[in-house]
Amino acid sequence: MDIDLKQYIGLFVEEAKEHLQSMNDALLNLEKDKDNLSHINEIFRGSHTLKGMSGTMGFVNMSNLTHQMENVLDEVRNGRISLNEKIIDILFTCFDVLGDMVNYIAAYGQEKESDNSELIEELQKVIRENKPAEPDEQRVEEAVEFDNYVLNIIRKAKAEGLNGYKIQINLSPSCMLKSARAFIIFNLLESVGNIVYSNPSADDIEDEKFDFSFTIAVITSLSKEELLEKLNQVSEIEKIEVELIDVEENANEVINYDKKNTNSSQIISEIKTPKKESSKVGKTVRVDIDRLDNLMNLVSELIIIKTRLEDLSSNSNMKEMEDTLEYLERITTSLHDSVMKVRMVPVERVFNRFPRMVRDLSKELNKKVNFIIHGENTEVDRTVIDEIGDPLIHLIRNSMDHGIEKPEERIKLGKAEEGNLTLKAYPDGNSVVIEISDDGRGIDFERVREKAIEKGIYTMEEMDKLTVNDLKNVLFEPGFSTSENVNEISGRGVGLDVVKNKIESINGSVELETEKNKGTRFTIRIPLTLAIIEALLVKVMDETYAIPISSINEIVLIDKRDIKNLHGQDIILYRGNTIPIVRLDRAMGLESGASMDEYTAVVVKKGNKQAALIVTGLVGQQEIVIKPLGKFLSSNKMFSGATILGNGSISLIINVNSLL
Amino acid sequence: MISEDKNKYVIFKLGSDFYGIDVNNVLSIERVGRITRIPNSPEYVLGLMNLRGDVIPVVDLRLKLRLDTSDINKNTRVIITKENESTVGLLVDSSSEVVEIDKDNIDKPPSSGSDNEILKYIDGIGKSSNRLIILLSLKKILN
Repeated sequence: MDIDLKQYIGLFVEEAKEHLQSMNDALLNLEKDKDNLSHINEIFRGSHTLKGMSGTMGFVNMSNLTHQMENVLDEVRNGRISLNEKIIDILFTCFDVLGDMVNYIAAYGQEKESDNSELIEELQKVIRENKPAEPDEQRVEEAVEFDNYVLNIIRKAKAEGLNGYKIQINLSPSCMLKSARAFIIFNLLESVGNIVYSNPSADDIEDEKFDFSFTIAVITSLSKEELLEKLNQVSEIEKIEVELIDVEENANEVINYDKKNTNSSQIISEIKTPKKESSKVGKTVRVDIDRLDNLMNLVSELIIIKTRLEDLSSNSNMKEMEDTLEYLERITTSLHDSVMKVRMVPVERVFNRFPRMVRDLSKELNKKVNFIIHGENTEVDRTVIDEIGDPLIHLIRNSMDHGIEKPEERIKLGKAEEGNLTLKAYPDGNSVVIEISDDGRGIDFERVREKAIEKGIYTMEEMDKLTVNDLKNVLFEPGFSTSENVNEISGRGVGLDVVKNKIESINGSVELETEKNKGTRFTIRIPLTLAIIEALLVKVMDETYAIPISSINEIVLIDKRDIKNLHGQDIILYRGNTIPIVRLDRAMGLESGASMDEYTAVVVKKGNKQAALIVTGLVGQQEIVIKPLGKFLSSNKMFSGATILGNGSISLIINVNSLL
Repeated sequence: MISEDKNKYVIFKLGSDFYGIDVNNVLSIERVGRITRIPNSPEYVLGLMNLRGDVIPVVDLRLKLRLDTSDINKNTRVIITKENESTVGLLVDSSSEVVEIDKDNIDKPPSSGSDNEILKYIDGIGKSSNRLIILLSLKKILN
């Protein structure tokens, strides 16, 4: 059995993480809206599923913890415990512990030896402390009073000489097929009378949405003893209680119960709505990421071989060959598009952990923050998604720590007590833009100036020459941090430079806008995909290089006389701006070619920076497959990768960032 | 790693000397193909090679070890190695065999002191059928 279960661990981990995430989300919502039962129901369901899953897999500690959580949640759900900050905190801690347990299982394939006794004790304490002293018996009865309708039926039945019984059944905890067992009981009772009521509802029982006990009201001609005798024939029942329903006594209280029951029927309908959504999930298939990567690699190979065929055919002049190739081209392009789409995941995958982080941070920092997320459905390639998590965490922490002021300070400044932190994602052409903005104090460039001098990054004289734009770049220098005191949240000396490096390593860019006391906005621009891009192939002397189309503005011819020299830097006037000229032959360490009257230049851009790259010639535009240069060459920032051309030779992809 | 070959080395020549690297680090031995120069990288990085659709950086081991350069000829080989997730090709004069060297036949590298560049990369000196084989540490070479 043990060996059998091993193969399910991957699936278990994946699903457990999903459940934990939705539980976390629901708890965050619940914290804001404590009376909304749908959230608590969602957490309860998640917890219940986790309990079942971990039980099946034999992860005892996990199933114990979820069981205790379930107890607390059940009490809250039934209104016997009112929700407070402390309970929410404990639940969050439980989720974290469960998350750790799942990670441990993912890494070692077995459960960590820890019974979480402290946490379980705390959960039990919650129940003990918050529950009004009330014997269990009474609780059960209260939960299963009947509504007017049922009572009426029973009253009528009584007039006809039949009796109404309330039957409480407790199945034995070892019962494996609870709903099947319940079905047998239902069948049995239907054969001797009519079932007029059941709690949970028959549907829920059928779906195994009950613990081990359920209550039925049945109208029958049998006596209590006869009924008991019938029921005792069914196995796997721990306890049966049969009780005659006294209609007269209940009649007086009908109105009260009525009210109560409209409430509970509301709850039931709320439970049912999400059920419909989950049935939609059946249309998706889980695929191992390695298989997708493999598929992508094959498509890449196909594109390379297609380019090679195109090369060959251009020499052959065969009309039929050309037509066939055009067809092949169309197919590979749409194949590529389809595979790309399969690999796309919504940024929500990364965003969904932030609300929790912001909540914890705002507690820790005593700041009030209203966290808003827009465009979480924006999709990017999964290779990109893995890379943006850390930089975003960093920027959010930064905003929380340095940007948004303490409530007192905000009130003094005439701002709302609660700061706004917005995370926004949207597609823009071939890239995705992610903005993180706050309405905090903004960046104090005076402090930046002082700090940069203090840290010895710049001298006083150098500093005086810097423009505001240059100062922004100082923030991204290694070892720079304006934080007054080093703390846990941000400002450990590793700062924005790490963010910048990471984003640039995936061919993205970071920009910063800030205004004193108004706020700060970081704009991250990342490519939709890292695997295959459109590129312009250029000749530099006799070497071929690729420049991503996404970073090209246009191709221009530059007249030699238009080139000006400013402090040793060649510049040119381009659409009203002076932009630097980079001679690629020199940049690539080659002898510069002969002086010419006219040069071909590729104007490239990154953010608001531009440059004109002078090339020897143009080869053409092409779809290229990016091959990473690997760890060994990671220190070379000049190239973001390499690609294999149609003739099998390798061409380097120029990282435009490094030339600006 | 089901069977880890202990003390087996891929032997190659640089000039008249024999060198060895742990066979567990070696993926394959290839003939030299077209190599694309990488501007802005150390001199010993020869360039990129297309190995059946993968792009592999090639290091000229002679330059890395500060030995005299020699021309690429029909005996020249690229040993494709893998160390800690990075795949690198080493350009060597020739390579043909794998030998097993008993632990007892491996001496410690000569104590450093002389500023011979090679010494930084040596794991030990092995003896096999009357040859002295300089055992290189791939880890040290690639970092």
